[in-house]
Amino acid sequence: MNKQIIRVAVGSMILLAALIVATTYWQTWAAAGLADRQDNAIERVAQFTIKRGLIYAADGRTVLASNRVKRVGDKTFYFRRYPSGDLAPHVVGYSTQVRSRAGIERSENDYLTATNKSLKTVFRTTLDRLKGVTITGNNVVLTLDAKAQRVANDALRGQCGAAVALDPATGKVLVMASAPTYDPSLVERNFSAITRITAPCKPSAPLLNRATDGLFTPGSSFKVITAAAALDTGRFHLDSMFDDPGYCVEYGKHVTNFSDQNGPEQFGRVDFTQALQHSINAVFCEIGKRLGPILVLDYAKRFGLYSVPPLETPVNERAPSGLYNGTHLFFPKNRFQVDPGRLAFGQERMLVTPLQMAMVTGAIGNGGAVMRPYVVQRIVGPDRKTLARTRPQELGRAIKPQTAADLSGMMEAVVTGGTGTAAQISGVRVAGKTGTAETGIEHTNTTWFIAFAPADAPRVAVAVVLENQHATGGETAAPIAKRIMEAILSESANS
Amino acid sequence: MSPRNRELFALLVVGVLTGVGFASVYIARQHVVSTGSLSYGLFFLVLYLIGHVVERLTVPEADPFLMPMGALLTAIGITEIYRLDDKAAFKQGLWIVIALGFLVLTLVVLRRDYRRLESYKYLFGLGALVLLALPALPGVGQTINGARLWVHVGSLQFQPGELAKILLIVFLAAYLREKREVLAQGRPKDLGPLLVIWGAAMLVLVETKDLGSALLYFGIFLALLYVATSRITFVLVGLGLFVAGATAAYTKVSHVRSRVTIWRQPWTDHAVHCALTGKPALRQDCASYQLVKSLYSIANGHYGGTGLGEGTFVYTNGTPLIPDLKTDFIYSALAQELGLAGVAALLLVYMLFALRGFRIALLAQDGFSKLLALGLTFGFALQTFIIVGGVLRVIPLTGITLPFVSYGGSSVVANFILLAGLLLISHRANTLSPLGGERLKGSGR
Repeated sequence: MNKQIIRVAVGSMILLAALIVATTYWQTWAAAGLADRQDNAIERVAQFTIKRGLIYAADGRTVLASNRVKRVGDKTFYFRRYPSGDLAPHVVGYSTQVRSRAGIERSENDYLTATNKSLKTVFRTTLDRLKGVTITGNNVVLTLDAKAQRVANDALRGQCGAAVALDPATGKVLVMASAPTYDPSLVERNFSAITRITAPCKPSAPLLNRATDGLFTPGSSFKVITAAAALDTGRFHLDSMFDDPGYCVEYGKHVTNFSDQNGPEQFGRVDFTQALQHSINAVFCEIGKRLGPILVLDYAKRFGLYSVPPLETPVNERAPSGLYNGTHLFFPKNRFQVDPGRLAFGQERMLVTPLQMAMVTGAIGNGGAVMRPYVVQRIVGPDRKTLARTRPQELGRAIKPQTAADLSGMMEAVVTGGTGTAAQISGVRVAGKTGTAETGIEHTNTTWFIAFAPADAPRVAVAVVLENQHATGGETAAPIAKRIMEAILSESANS
Repeated sequence: MSPRNRELFALLVVGVLTGVGFASVYIARQHVVSTGSLSYGLFFLVLYLIGHVVERLTVPEADPFLMPMGALLTAIGITEIYRLDDKAAFKQGLWIVIALGFLVLTLVVLRRDYRRLESYKYLFGLGALVLLALPALPGVGQTINGARLWVHVGSLQFQPGELAKILLIVFLAAYLREKREVLAQGRPKDLGPLLVIWGAAMLVLVETKDLGSALLYFGIFLALLYVATSRITFVLVGLGLFVAGATAAYTKVSHVRSRVTIWRQPWTDHAVHCALTGKPALRQDCASYQLVKSLYSIANGHYGGTGLGEGTFVYTNGTPLIPDLKTDFIYSALAQELGLAGVAALLLVYMLFALRGFRIALLAQDGFSKLLALGLTFGFALQTFIIVGGVLRVIPLTGITLPFVSYGGSSVVANFILLAGLLLISHRANTLSPLGGERLKGSGR
């Protein structure tokens, strides 16, 4: 019998040892993944005993997120307060008990709760834990310009849309506004108040960060990418001449010019600058057909389309731009899958985010180099010492410096005497491009304005989008872009 | 050192550990060490010492490690229960006193020769069936968490299945000892009474939806049959029957299917039908809620755990984050607070306890003692595997208690009786076997 007993014993030991293995799996290998799940409240609840770090705007004074102390029994909890209300909720996000976290509150949670792996923080928190002292998180300073952000919010109020302003030379996000906006302190306190927010679009989706996660038809603003491809390949030049018949023939059908263009419906013989200045669809349709869709899309890729733009916000709050087949991003396998003419003036199934368009215009202003956008300026310990600082980084070169200079000149013409005159700022050379995208339903145009200024040495690149507009991008989006640029330029002139 | 002195020393260590455990919960709660924590430690020490003295008188040669390990597991259990719910811990403390009473009673009654139990084997078999059937009776039975395995008499709640397990093991050991030769020759008709009682037990368990116990009984039965007959064919046939039965249950019984579905896919990305509300919901918010929350709790322990009393089990307003922590999911509470280091050590204690048990089975001289020791030990080990494996998603989760640790009177009582049984067998084995006894005495010199 003993042989059998030993066998049963060995079997039992294997079973029990398997439990140790399984425990090890859950507590080490799988732990991080489980902790990150939205329905896992343990870590969040546990972290309410941590005095969470504050979130500041770039000035280091405007507090975007702070704490509210609450005592329950013998425990002290730190709940979130958002003193700046609806100023930048789409970037800052929220940290709550029942609805999890979003925005920087989610993605920078490690720093904010001092659970980051930096040696200094680990040392400090271990010491605090041993002393039984409340653990204090590290503070996050954003790159957002509070004043310009406020201007953008005011300009967008009552609309559905978004605005992004970057520093073209560094990639710093100066403004990131999404309308309708909301007060993040309502997420925990009165969520239904957020769901009741109305706006001239359905669904109003106030929680959606339209600046990074909203996909819009770019319309004519996409022409800068087509033009970039045309010039950079050397296939066209500034002095290339075109004949505008007022329409373009595609697959035997007429694609007519949009009434967007101020001036005659038919421009006759024009050069490349004039074609962009007046946003002539027929010309770009022709260029698109001659370049082919793959080449245009390859250039779009070089500006960052077809990949999720880098930023510190959670990756699920950012969408890649490009051609969409339903809900799926798609890149054509051959030129026959895409209508090159309509692609050239930003229709087809092209969808872009405002952040992506700000990157495009910023790259043109920056001599062709795309800078990696960032919104976290630095991490500061409770002792006010800087723990980490974001350094500007080049993502890659989209176009040659000469192409960028040529495009810049063309875009300046748009503002001085084309579709974008509403963006003129006295004493500043502004380069821009309008966009008025048809959605198929009348009076529901998506309007755009992308710009950078001053044109010779840009300090700001901006992209503004508005949903459900009756008028054109030049009439609706350009004035907003102008106000944002003015706010930023006046600040940087002072400092 | 004599076995009993060795045991005394180990018990003192366990007493100190208990005191430290309670102190740490106290500190986490009130930021002070109170005399309460020390008195708890002292209370248990005294309790175990009483057991120890009785052992000195009844089973002086018994294995010296079983009692301290049982005491340690009980202490860990009640400390965690106290941390979760101090009123429940008080009740559990009372149950431990009662359980110790049963241990003493068992030792005293059976001190001369427990082997006379063999002659009452059918009584044990029938007793097991009666106990199992009790909850199914209208009036006394009560359904908790979808399983009908509780008996309610006045304010006293009791789960008779735990005791039935021990009675059934005694029956199986006795019956198989008697018939092992004929069974080994493969005369199926000798399996008759065995299959009747065992089959009836399974039927009751399936009827009351106590799948965990059904699996446990099945395992014990196969292990004993294998050891008694030395024939692996029985095990293979048994496993084959199990697979067939499980497949049938999976297709026919929705309760079983739901358990398996939860096990295979606790998380869904899309809403699925939720049987609890009748509305579509993510499975982690519905059927697999318990399992998933418990896994989160385990994961939050990491290597070192949060520390006793420092784990997160409730929202800031006090509503629970993880259901049923005291009973089925006590392992996930421990895993969070003690971490991998702590629960791995806990599992090692279970392994050591089982190893001592198997050693007793090896040393025992007669077939009945061997089979009884093996049945009790294997039952202990398998029960641990079924509940902890279920909590860890190694196997589908079925509600069953974690020996010595889980909250629940019947479970504690049953485990102390099991402990008494092993002590009795080991005392006899060590007294009779010159080898075993000598080795134990010799190693201490």
